[in-house]
Amino acid sequence: MNKPLTHLQRLEAEAIFIMREVVANFERPVMLYSIGKDSSVMLHLARKAFYPAPPPFPLLHVDTTWKFRDMITFRDETARKYDLKLIVHTNQEGRDQGINPFDHGSSHYTQVMKTQALKQALDLGRYDAAFGGARRDEEKSRAKERIFSFRSASHAWDPKNQRPELWSLFNTRVKPGESIRVFPLSNWTELDIWQYILSENIEIVPLYFAAERPVVQRSDQWIMVDDARMALQPGEKPEMRMVRFRTLGCYPLTAAIESEATTLETIVAEMFVARTSERQGRLIDHDETGSMELKKREGYF
Amino acid sequence: MDQTLDHTKAFAEFIAHSEGKSLLRFLTCGSVDDGKSTLIGRLLYDSKRLFEDQLATLEADSEKFGTTEGDIDFALLVDGLVAEREQGITIDVAYRYFATDQRRFIVADTPGHEQYTRNMATGASNSDLAVLLVDAQAGILTQTRRHAYIVSLLGIRHVILAVNKIDLIGFDEERFVDIRNEFAEFAKQFDFESIVTIPMSARYGDNVTDRSANTPWYGGPTLLEHLETVSVDENLSDKPFRFPVQWVNRPNADFRGYTGTVAEGTVEPGDRVVVARTGQAANISRIVTLDGDLDQAQAQTAVTLTLDAEIDASRGDILVAPEHRPEVSDQIAAHIIWMSEEELLPGRPYLLKSGTRTVGAAVSELKHQVDVESIKELAAKTLGLNDIGLVNLSLSEPIAFDLYDDNKTTGSFILIDRFTNATVAAGMIRFGLRRATNIHWQALNVNRDSRAALKGQKPCVLWFTGLSGAGKSTIANLVESKLHLMGRHTYMLDGDNIRHGLNRDLGFTDADRVENIRRVAETAKLFVDAGVIVLVSFISPFRSERRMAREMLDEGEFLEIFVDAPLAVVEERDPKGLYKKARAGEIQHFTGIDSPYEAPLEPDLLLDTTTADANALADQIVERLMKGGYLGAA
Ligand SMILES: Nc1nc2c(ncn2[C@@H]2O[C@H](COP(=O)(O)OP(=O)(O)OP(=O)(O)O)[C@@H](O)[C@H]2O)c(=O)[nH]1
Ligand SMILES: [Mg+2]
Repeated sequence: MNKPLTHLQRLEAEAIFIMREVVANFERPVMLYSIGKDSSVMLHLARKAFYPAPPPFPLLHVDTTWKFRDMITFRDETARKYDLKLIVHTNQEGRDQGINPFDHGSSHYTQVMKTQALKQALDLGRYDAAFGGARRDEEKSRAKERIFSFRSASHAWDPKNQRPELWSLFNTRVKPGESIRVFPLSNWTELDIWQYILSENIEIVPLYFAAERPVVQRSDQWIMVDDARMALQPGEKPEMRMVRFRTLGCYPLTAAIESEATTLETIVAEMFVARTSERQGRLIDHDETGSMELKKREGYF
Repeated sequence: MDQTLDHTKAFAEFIAHSEGKSLLRFLTCGSVDDGKSTLIGRLLYDSKRLFEDQLATLEADSEKFGTTEGDIDFALLVDGLVAEREQGITIDVAYRYFATDQRRFIVADTPGHEQYTRNMATGASNSDLAVLLVDAQAGILTQTRRHAYIVSLLGIRHVILAVNKIDLIGFDEERFVDIRNEFAEFAKQFDFESIVTIPMSARYGDNVTDRSANTPWYGGPTLLEHLETVSVDENLSDKPFRFPVQWVNRPNADFRGYTGTVAEGTVEPGDRVVVARTGQAANISRIVTLDGDLDQAQAQTAVTLTLDAEIDASRGDILVAPEHRPEVSDQIAAHIIWMSEEELLPGRPYLLKSGTRTVGAAVSELKHQVDVESIKELAAKTLGLNDIGLVNLSLSEPIAFDLYDDNKTTGSFILIDRFTNATVAAGMIRFGLRRATNIHWQALNVNRDSRAALKGQKPCVLWFTGLSGAGKSTIANLVESKLHLMGRHTYMLDGDNIRHGLNRDLGFTDADRVENIRRVAETAKLFVDAGVIVLVSFISPFRSERRMAREMLDEGEFLEIFVDAPLAVVEERDPKGLYKKARAGEIQHFTGIDSPYEAPLEPDLLLDTTTADANALADQIVERLMKGGYLGAA
């Protein structure tokens, strides 16, 4: 008599199945690698899915040039360690125009340096399938998205006309120029991610652990001063505080939380009693209700 | 300090406990506005896993979009699309996650609107239990019956009938009992394993997580109590071994691993397995994973298997237990739920994906449609959006399969439109059909190559498509005389010799048009076999039928010639006065007027009739044939 699979074992098997379907059906898959905890889990699952072969697709990082320095270090080390092909893309036009989150507002900045940059990179690589680490529990419009999410040739998502997705029979057919965004972690929750990281001993960027870091307080949020490009406002003075991040992105747009959790165990324990969602720390989602859906329709991940 | 200690302790307990928790996947369904989304929102809210910022957003949203005058509108927790919030309805399925001390839950909140039934089926396909809501005021509606039927069709064995909005009928027991009995009577035909009926108010929380003081007459469980305790586990590992091969992993010459997920059964090194389709056998050598080789893999685990013998197996094959083999056939009978606005056309070629295998498929017979109101069988010629029917399917190659009731993974399939790539149907295999006779093609000594060689030409089909009056027949006739003069053997198939004879029994409905083209294409194929250059001149308005014709022939044997003339021009020409009649409503289903014409996207030859005359266009075709080597040595 077999013990039924645990919840995490089922999630793991589902993600591996999804990844193999992609590799078996698409000519040019790519994995969007955002360096966060979800990407770490996704990469770990990819290594499992194709072992003893390495993951048969490159990693793509869309670099806005405003990521935490620790993230970039971690990214390069990871690629080296697992001998992965890493493609880094920055929207050169946006960089030349000096688009930044301070002067141009988070929504314009996101549009140029993330959404447009992503579309450029996908077009350049002519990728017909792109893995993303998004989870349905992150946000209300994500909760509505298919695991194999069809994108038109202009990368647009049409939430009102999604392909029915029954059982684990994923429709992988696309015409030239069209593509599928694939979300192997769709059914994972934030807690699942942490529990899995813990049980599989997956490496993550140190920023997830609490440490003394230089921060300033802006509209009730702790923002880390990661480099000299951050212009301080009058009266602002960085102070050292024990903080960590629940989610990682561009440092000026990602708020830290005060925490003493320096181990995975204590992070999960904190999670367990957390009173706010991880999205709270992402400044770009607060622009307006429905803003995520809008960005996704335009091609954002 | 103390607090951290508490956390660590809580954590240890939590981990220990959550490892043992089972998972229940369920959906909410039922008619429009019966309160499905409100119920899920209520469950999330009451399970206390909503975060402060989510609550703040919910309150703000309730003020802006709420349908509940001042109260919190729980549906807004799940109706996450802009269009849904604006219209106050659910359009697509939302997946939400929550846990209690007993269990973890994945819930699919599905739309009640008939138009979005396919999204409801999407949510139901992976669920173990259905919460079917009924508005206590409205009672059981057509849509309630439809959803109950789909739930049973998809093999869900456990149902909770939530008699919702009980607050609006003054918590009336009599009414509740009436609804419960009516449903029980109706559901008899579905043999559900359990039906639990609960009086409920999603909006105010009665009997959702807490027992309600307003229904003292109700002694059964609350919704959450039942969800936490109902046993739905079906031990897949106890069933015969099934392993659909997903992808062959060949990192180097020494390793050949079959990757996949064990659908049912278990597997151990040393086990004998066979490829279902061919019967080739081998033993399992290793079960390979990144964490080391396994002694055993049970159902639902994703692994990589290596075998002790070189056998011919690849993606789409199923490795199975030799003593319990699935059926293998190219003819199956299945229930299908039609999911496309474009209706099912018997005979039209679709793609069928079952497990990891994709083959060509056509509905050879629509046995009946199921009327969802009465669950009775109706005769039908086609299925429209959200219709359900029993069909016979004819496949381009045999597949290995189980019956859906025995195995959901190897007994289910989807149909995909070859042209739009849309998922047009979901299917549940009911039984395999043995072929009437074993047709083995005779290998003849005289074959098409020898016949063609005799004539010194390369046979092919020149397929002229275009609106009525575009000039197809005129140009085709000119081409035929030119080829004839060159000593080439040709034959013309057009409305005159086909419509009045072979296809006399066909009309002009979409279904008949498909059959018409199928017969023409089959006939053309026979002529190609005979070595002849065939000129086919038919309006043939649908891309998928032209594509079907193309796929029946070998590469290079089918040339699609688009005789292009704008509707305004042909209507002006109107050589037979047909457009005038169609406009007057005297002819129905006339292409270009009240029936669509789908222009070829990539014709082999495009003839623009507005800039060149018929003779020049015919010359273009002859030239193309010469260049393509169809006319042999000149
Ligand atoms: N009085 C009362 N109203 C309710 C109850 N449950 C839901 N409603 C109201 O009924 C309306 C429709 O609720 P929804 O949850 O959106 O219904 P639904 O079944 O999800 O609708 P669709 O998904 O569009 O099919 C809302 O205004 C709810 O507040 C209930 O138990 N009592
Ligand atoms: Mg709803």
